Amino acid sequence: MLHSVRSFFNLIIYPLQTIASTPANIGIWLNEQLDSHQSLITENESYRTNNLLLKAQLQKFTSLQAENIRLRSLLKSSRKLKDQMLIAETIAVDLDPYKRQIVINKGQRHSIYAGQPILDAYGIMGQVIHPGIVSSSAILITDPSHAIPVQINRNGLRTVLYGTGAANYLEVQNLPNNADIELGDLLITSGLGGRFPEGYPVAKVVNIMRDPGQPFAKVIAEAAAHLEQSREVLLVMAQESKPQLLSEQIIKENSSDE
Amino acid sequence: MNNKPASHGGIVILLSFAIALMLNMIQIPDYLKIYRPEFVTLILIYWCIALPHRVGILTGWSVGFLLDIQMDSLLGLHAVALAITAYLAYKLHARIRLYPLLQQSLIILLLVTLSQMLILWINGISGLAHGDWSYWMPALTSMLSWPWIFYLMRTIRRMYGVN
Repeated sequence: MLHSVRSFFNLIIYPLQTIASTPANIGIWLNEQLDSHQSLITENESYRTNNLLLKAQLQKFTSLQAENIRLRSLLKSSRKLKDQMLIAETIAVDLDPYKRQIVINKGQRHSIYAGQPILDAYGIMGQVIHPGIVSSSAILITDPSHAIPVQINRNGLRTVLYGTGAANYLEVQNLPNNADIELGDLLITSGLGGRFPEGYPVAKVVNIMRDPGQPFAKVIAEAAAHLEQSREVLLVMAQESKPQLLSEQIIKENSSDE
Repeated sequence: MNNKPASHGGIVILLSFAIALMLNMIQIPDYLKIYRPEFVTLILIYWCIALPHRVGILTGWSVGFLLDIQMDSLLGLHAVALAITAYLAYKLHARIRLYPLLQQSLIILLLVTLSQMLILWINGISGLAHGDWSYWMPALTSMLSWPWIFYLMRTIRRMYGVN
């Protein structure tokens, strides 16, 4: 009930938010307009190289994906491999300075729901908490009240990553001192808890403090996503994973390929 | 005074609250965020002092409710804090009007601190406490910005004949 009240009154706030975000938008616009011709060419060139590289990697990825689906269907295990995405833009407004939250310009009208994961091009950013009708508020993974289940990419060790409230930094609080974790380890989502899809990068370990007097090591990690800069964010649309249906689909796909 | 139409200049009051809400969410650099004055509280206190027969607890509650939606806090958190602030400002309006500006600013410091303390308590109960002295900064900056806001709002009120 209260959620619908909140999303309704969000409609009143939305125009104010739009007006309040104009100074920031003007700043960005001016920055784009005043960019020099030369720097635009350089930027364009780097995008082109990057695109080529990514496409080359993608060629390999498609065949690997097909192979993965085949092997998994042999093992009769199912797993989501592709997630549907929706692009949203952040609205440049400030919320409580002691929380890490953002406002995005998509809401229930675009079938956004509470708990929906948000990513950018580099990793997990957070999740939607209050979907409004045309805009929603989302909590970032660095918010002090946020925790996300992760695993270490190198060895699959599972743990939970907590937000610290500081920009870009997260903390692992409950790994024992002798746990196999190293500087530079990539932490990816483990998919446990069922909220975040599995296998997306979350953070990189930047500091480990092993104090023999303490039962747990203190591990600080830096968020992989550009939490404070991203203007465009991606929303993952949930899909129910149904084992039988998936294997049926694979058979269909395989037969259509031939 | 009583035979004047009571509904004069309501749009000015509404607009002033809208602008205060916008000032509250406009993007500023990270290191300035903790110094942002409580614009909504200041405007509310001003109207409570200037027009106690029109702006009071109900207005305070409604504006606080919108602030809750905007700041995405617990629904009713700012509503309660601003309703109580409005009540106190309403109770004290006859006195505050007579005080010189310096003394008014001190009362503002007290009122804003009180509303912040309420918010801190309720946040603490729901597990969101932030034990940092910088939390009280807005009360101080609100006090310092009160003389300007007071003059500005009085000029606006007289210009548009809000009563």
